Amino acid sequence: MLSTLQPPRSLSHLCNKPTTLFLRHTSLKPLSSLSSQPVTDSTLTGQSQSQILSTRDSLLSRQITAAQLAESFLTRLRRTEPHLRSFLHVSDTVLAQARELDEKIQRNEEVGPLAGVLVAVKDNICTAEMPSTAGSRVLEDYTPPYDATAVRKIKELGGIVVGKTNLDEFGMGGTTEGSAFQVTANPWDMTRVPGGSSGGSAAAVSARQSMVSLGSDTGGSVRQPASFCGVVGLKPTYGRVSRFGLMAYASSLDVIGCFGTSVADAGILLHAISGHDRLDATSSKREVPDLASQFVSISLLESKPLKGLKVGLIHETLDDGVDIGVTSAIRTAALHLEELGCSVTEVSLPSFSLGLPAYYVIASSESSSNLSRYDGLRYGNQVASDELNSQYMDSRAKGFGSEVKRRILTGTYALSAGYYDAYYKRAQQVRTIIRKSFKAALDEHDILISPAAPSAAYRIGEKKNDPLAMYAGDIMTVNVNLAGLPALVLPCGFVEGGSAGLPVGLQMIGAAFDEEKLLRVGHIFEQTLQNCRFVPPLIADEDAPF
Amino acid sequence: MASTIFRSFQTHPLLFHPTTLLRRKNVFLYCTLGSAQTQTATQEKVKPQVKVSHLTQNKTLENASKDYEAVIGIETHVQLSTLTKAFCSCPYNYGSQPNTSICPICMGLPGALPILNFKVIESAVKVGLALNCKLALNSKFDRKQYFYADLPKGYQISQFDVPIATGGYIDLDIPVEFGGGHRKFGITRVHMEEDAGKLIHSDDGSYAQESKSNFGFVDLNRAGVPLLEIVSEPDMRNGIEAAEYAAEIQRVVRYLGVSNGNMQEGSLRCDVNVSVRPIGQLQFGTKVEIKNLNSFSAVSRAIDYEISRQVLLHSQGQDKEIVQETRLWEEGAQKTVTMRKKEGLSDYRYFPEPDLPGVFLTQDYVHGIHKSLPELPEMKRRRYEKMGLSMQDILFLANDINVAEFFDTTITKGADAKLAANWIMSDIAAYMKNEELTINEVKLSPQELAELIASIKNGTISGKIGKQILFELLAKGGTVKGLIEEKDLVQIVDPVEIEKMVEKVLSENPKQLDQYRGGKTKLQGFFAGQIMKLSKGKANPGLLNKILLEKLNAKS
Ligand SMILES: [Zn+2]
Repeated sequence: MLSTLQPPRSLSHLCNKPTTLFLRHTSLKPLSSLSSQPVTDSTLTGQSQSQILSTRDSLLSRQITAAQLAESFLTRLRRTEPHLRSFLHVSDTVLAQARELDEKIQRNEEVGPLAGVLVAVKDNICTAEMPSTAGSRVLEDYTPPYDATAVRKIKELGGIVVGKTNLDEFGMGGTTEGSAFQVTANPWDMTRVPGGSSGGSAAAVSARQSMVSLGSDTGGSVRQPASFCGVVGLKPTYGRVSRFGLMAYASSLDVIGCFGTSVADAGILLHAISGHDRLDATSSKREVPDLASQFVSISLLESKPLKGLKVGLIHETLDDGVDIGVTSAIRTAALHLEELGCSVTEVSLPSFSLGLPAYYVIASSESSSNLSRYDGLRYGNQVASDELNSQYMDSRAKGFGSEVKRRILTGTYALSAGYYDAYYKRAQQVRTIIRKSFKAALDEHDILISPAAPSAAYRIGEKKNDPLAMYAGDIMTVNVNLAGLPALVLPCGFVEGGSAGLPVGLQMIGAAFDEEKLLRVGHIFEQTLQNCRFVPPLIADEDAPF
Repeated sequence: MASTIFRSFQTHPLLFHPTTLLRRKNVFLYCTLGSAQTQTATQEKVKPQVKVSHLTQNKTLENASKDYEAVIGIETHVQLSTLTKAFCSCPYNYGSQPNTSICPICMGLPGALPILNFKVIESAVKVGLALNCKLALNSKFDRKQYFYADLPKGYQISQFDVPIATGGYIDLDIPVEFGGGHRKFGITRVHMEEDAGKLIHSDDGSYAQESKSNFGFVDLNRAGVPLLEIVSEPDMRNGIEAAEYAAEIQRVVRYLGVSNGNMQEGSLRCDVNVSVRPIGQLQFGTKVEIKNLNSFSAVSRAIDYEISRQVLLHSQGQDKEIVQETRLWEEGAQKTVTMRKKEGLSDYRYFPEPDLPGVFLTQDYVHGIHKSLPELPEMKRRRYEKMGLSMQDILFLANDINVAEFFDTTITKGADAKLAANWIMSDIAAYMKNEELTINEVKLSPQELAELIASIKNGTISGKIGKQILFELLAKGGTVKGLIEEKDLVQIVDPVEIEKMVEKVLSENPKQLDQYRGGKTKLQGFFAGQIMKLSKGKANPGLLNKILLEKLNAKS
């Protein structure tokens, strides 16, 4: 398939997609004619423009009010939510907050850089005004007494939290089918999974139910659903964003990540939530560079804007077991990068395949400990019993789903006396090897690229009863968590499937704390990727999005 | 109901009201409190393994104990008196209303993370150095995992394979009344950890146990309070040595100011391990752990009881009855009873705490703390010894850092060490005991004690007046000089003035004078008393007696 591809002739590159779909997308009605609603432009048709920046422009230039904007999103949310089920809880104060903001703007008061930006938040991230269940029965109806640091920062900068999104229970899973409450559908094909565990957050952004969203990524939980839903997913370096208020799954791997419809939005959102937090001892004290102001407009780009950039295509990620369509899309993306001036070479990471088992040992071990607090005694669901041990057992047996139980059991086993050395300790040794091999590869290359997942979105129920097959789907992403590195996933093409094709995500991996470079490369990549609008069919035909 | 209260806390922490934490149907709450008594009774029934009466027991023991040796090791938990807890900013005050000093972190709410209070490290380093340990410059925290209602996170943040300090020792002197002698006991390790909450017991004070439903309330005020666990080598051989070891740990932490070391409040908790083996045997006997030791005398008595129990079993060939278990010391009954038998080793599934970075100390930091250490009890005792004080005085003075400081200041103000020690140990100690005051609470200052001692030594006042003044100073304060002046207490040393008084008394008591001169020389005391009374106690006693004798004998 690769051989049939013509080398791109111009700076802009056609993305890898079936012709019929291509035609269908170019015929998407240009909404720029709706001059009274400039925001919609970028929302549905723009060149992956920043919704955050255009929101700010439109609000400050009084072209639209925050209330109108919020209403348009809420309308779309109400229309699409019955099909998608991305939200576990939708805030009832969105409009009130937007109106309050409008009053501020009316009074010419200073508003924050996220003013009016509608943010969806994964339900394992604590919000004081909304329930936070982590998709688990054990926390059904639980509302925390505080906002997670990331949420607090978003609110302080003027962002409005739209609601709490669905996820695999406690982030354990790759389909969002593991939620105790509902299954979320993929906006591109509602018979398919949105990926997971941040499937709700990915679907919400993909279907423009919110402008951006927060997810969490322990082994790929932001990047894989971003790929499945055709949105940008950004997993920051471990320590870049405070974990305070993120319900811990595997503490040494967990990071809060961002979803957006453009690289710029993901970057701006990351900038908003980054930085040291005295409430998280593992958050980094490194200064956060200005991630928000480097998104150069396409018109200002030189012909080879990424000249001299060394890109390593991870050899092991194009092995057997990766869908041919995915491999093809990634190779095309590599050609696109070359066209932009990069030198792309294949790089081998021999330890790559060790990542999966090491990840499952470490993540399960830590989760078996982190989930001990859910005993039904102080909060959450409790099964009454007249004896402490049976109360623990009943509360946890009824409160946790099967995947969570599987990982708790696996982790408990791995940490048990006599097994610790063979499992947990060994996995940590593997982790060190992986970290070193990534470090070496990134000393040689500016960024590494790979698919974000071995396949595009698969069907609901397809892997539900085959945990090993589901675990194998994490092969592309877990190494990055083990190494603690930042990675950006952005849609780069399509494979056949559904009514409009299924998006495929390209993963770019950077050196620790060098999100800046990923964002710069990603932004240029998406700006120069032509004729590839990642707007799912569910909303692509919207005539009047407001 | 409990649940409602709890929810309201979550949004309004300050409104949260005490006593209810464990959510539980009211039905259970009532059963709960009732069943505690049954619990104790059951324990009583289970226990009797020693089937001999006390009398026979004592006789058999006396013979048997010569052939056996006890091996004792102690785990001491010292609660650090940092302003805030180990991993959150809640303060901790013993005895405050239940659940008034809690936050999302120490309650283990979802999403909450620990943040280390660096004062904990500082205290641990101080104690490690004071116990002559080797400090680990790179240590870390680990999670010790188990489920219990007083452990909100389901794990305790502790230190496992790399404790902050290891391989030290402690020096102490056994009091003379217990045979005296100097001892050096090894310290295996010192590590940092957090305390658990408290189950609120039923009224009869009996322990709540996991297998019964006799708990209903948890107070999390104590959860997350920093502890140091100090583990000794199995170097002690009897109850006294163990109690003295614990007392020395208490002195050390009090000298360092890192803990109040109060056993009744649980700021210093001792769990002792006792085993017994035939003398000459290298292998240790089966180890029994004893808990619930609330005083040093309880430590001593519990161990001696346990040694006797085990020796008896050994001597009767029933040593298989000694099993690895945890026993409780029952103060009322003065014996240890089975609390729980250990079925195999408990597996705490330790692993490195991923929420906290490693603990890295620099050599400079350690040196800085080393330099700032105060004089420790052992150094003080050796210094006092060099001053020529008796061991009894030394132990008394060095036992309480405040007393020791009082004494040290007194002698730096020029007082004679032995005289100062005598004053402190006799009259001042007696006063403190009667009035139930500490040395810091009495009104007397070291400066004035030094002044008092000097005034007696230089003859300004008599010893008797000195005592009067002392009690005045203890109760009301003031200065020695001021009191002497105010009350005109300066000693009369003028022979002429004394002579006048002597003559006056002799002339006023002719009958007694005749009797004296008739041979009843015992009457000298009567005259001396009268003269002293006349001088209002101010006459110099030596001079008085000298002149009196002269006068009495002159005219005979
Ligand atoms: Zn607290």
